[in-house]
Amino acid sequence: MRAGDPPPHATTPEGGAGDRPRHGRAGRAAWRPAAVHAGVALALLALQFVLPEYHRLALTRIMVLAVYAMGFNVAFGYAGLLSLGHAMFFAAGLYGAGLTVYHLDWPVWLGFLAGVTAGAALSAVAGAVALRTKGVAFMIVTLMFAQTAYLATLHFTTWTRGDEGLTLTGAARVLTLGPVSLDLADAATRYNVAWALLAATLLVTHRLARSRLGRALVAVRENEARTAMLGYDTFALRWRALVISGTLSAVSGAATALLFAYIGSSFASIQTSIEPLLFTLLGGAGTVLGPLLGTALMFTLIEVASEITTAHLLAVGAVLIALVLFFPKGLVGTLRDRVAPWLP
Amino acid sequence: MSFGSFLLLAVLEGLVQAAVLSLTALGLSLVFGVMRIVNVAHGEFFMLGAVIAWWTASSLGLPTAAGFALALLAAPLAVAAVAAAAERTVLRPLGHDPEATIVATIGLLYVVQQTVLLTYGPDARPVAAPFDPLVQFPAFGYSGYKLAVIGAALALLLATWLVLTRTKAGLLMRATQLDRETAQAFGIPVGLVYAGVFAAGAGLAALAAALVVPIRQAHYLMGGDPLLLSFIVVIIGGLGSIRGTLLAALLIGLTDGIVSMFFSPTLAKMISTLAVALVLVLRPQGLFGTREA
Repeated sequence: MRAGDPPPHATTPEGGAGDRPRHGRAGRAAWRPAAVHAGVALALLALQFVLPEYHRLALTRIMVLAVYAMGFNVAFGYAGLLSLGHAMFFAAGLYGAGLTVYHLDWPVWLGFLAGVTAGAALSAVAGAVALRTKGVAFMIVTLMFAQTAYLATLHFTTWTRGDEGLTLTGAARVLTLGPVSLDLADAATRYNVAWALLAATLLVTHRLARSRLGRALVAVRENEARTAMLGYDTFALRWRALVISGTLSAVSGAATALLFAYIGSSFASIQTSIEPLLFTLLGGAGTVLGPLLGTALMFTLIEVASEITTAHLLAVGAVLIALVLFFPKGLVGTLRDRVAPWLP
Repeated sequence: MSFGSFLLLAVLEGLVQAAVLSLTALGLSLVFGVMRIVNVAHGEFFMLGAVIAWWTASSLGLPTAAGFALALLAAPLAVAAVAAAAERTVLRPLGHDPEATIVATIGLLYVVQQTVLLTYGPDARPVAAPFDPLVQFPAFGYSGYKLAVIGAALALLLATWLVLTRTKAGLLMRATQLDRETAQAFGIPVGLVYAGVFAAGAGLAALAAALVVPIRQAHYLMGGDPLLLSFIVVIIGGLGSIRGTLLAALLIGLTDGIVSMFFSPTLAKMISTLAVALVLVLRPQGLFGTREA
């Protein structure tokens, strides 16, 4: 986050952190991250048998949102790209899935694919343009792209019905895959679909963090000039990170539309761009589990705060400031520094 | 009404918009120019100025004109104090790192906005204009107060320019902007300059808001549009360039005033936002700025 900070995900030779045993290469430690991630996934799968109805719904939402935060983290945490416009990728997934299912009566699985494809395409194009800028200019350009997308959802009310939004009903709530047909209005089905998406995202980011691409992204984040000098095409690396990130955000957006059956402009607003940043900062940028933990904690905090006051966004603001000031590495990032340097 | 009169009305509305916008954007530009940080909470300082102006003008029991005059003084001073405090407690500990500052000012945005929601409430409230004679044009009558706003903004812009170019404070600011470390080596209290600039930038936004509450009501969500428009102005004008900011404010204010009279405002905003983003990508120094070495 801050220029002078030691890298939370140390891969640079200087600065002491590099001589600690690192994940992956030290064979002894290689199984530990995989075990931790599998354990987290299994625990989430098991939780549905313990939790009461209300909390099960909350956890379903948390898992879907966590996919978004984990996608955001690929760009922000690993490649160091601080985008303030990820709402447009989320909204591309949301509207790509929602509009095709609502207006064109596409089957749910095809709508989901349409949403994800829309997000991937948008991030490929927006990334190719926005990545010509860096730092503050990149933040403003992504913010304005997302603002344009938001205004578009308000402008084309004939299809989107703007703020009022669309509600999916009937056949749009049934996911048919060959002989299997799943009722997405059913709480247990929804939970397990959300879990499957989260588990898949966990697997993808787990592998990414340990792959050559993941390491190259961290190198770009820490010192782009040096990485370029080593022969990497840093623009292509940043672009790939943004496309992966945007596509995962669209997965979350499409799942939000299809699982919770509501598609509205508020999902494209600036606040939707801020949320994954908040979740990621809280949990720890550049860690695989951080965004998930951050989403769960912040979601709960906002729930509690909105029961007390209408001004629940006050909590969001206060937490953001406190995190940047006192806790720039987030929970998992701090844990990695102090206790478990092998965490990816 | 003939097309000519309609256009004149649109131009007048555009000029009022440009006047308010240039003051607000100048504040943002000043902060970016000297401190090299983007203040996302700038729109909330604008909103806070409007709310404080409403409070001063309506709850102290003063006569309309006196209450408004006091509001013009109290709003910028109070907001400047809030901004200075925020600079001390939040931005300085961050070392004014650009990216961390943006995240922190997003937090500040929510804190200010939601605190106003808690205390002032969700209603939009009007402030009576201190005077509002009807100025008769050939085809329509126009608000005299709006014309006064244009004049006041011009005077304030001139005053800001004089402060920047003719006073010691302005010299210190320009020196800090040019080269922070050399300025510090010459004994300029850079920390103090930063706090002062941040407070002054917020004060300008609050002053613009106090001028505009008799036209637009005070509301806790009113900071969004000025923020976006100021961003657009500062980017088009060239980040940190005062002259560019003024030119761009005139351009954007007039275009916005005229375009929104003839086209759907959402579509107009959409196109201008996208255009500005592309300006930032293709010509990062702004349309009027010159490339820095």
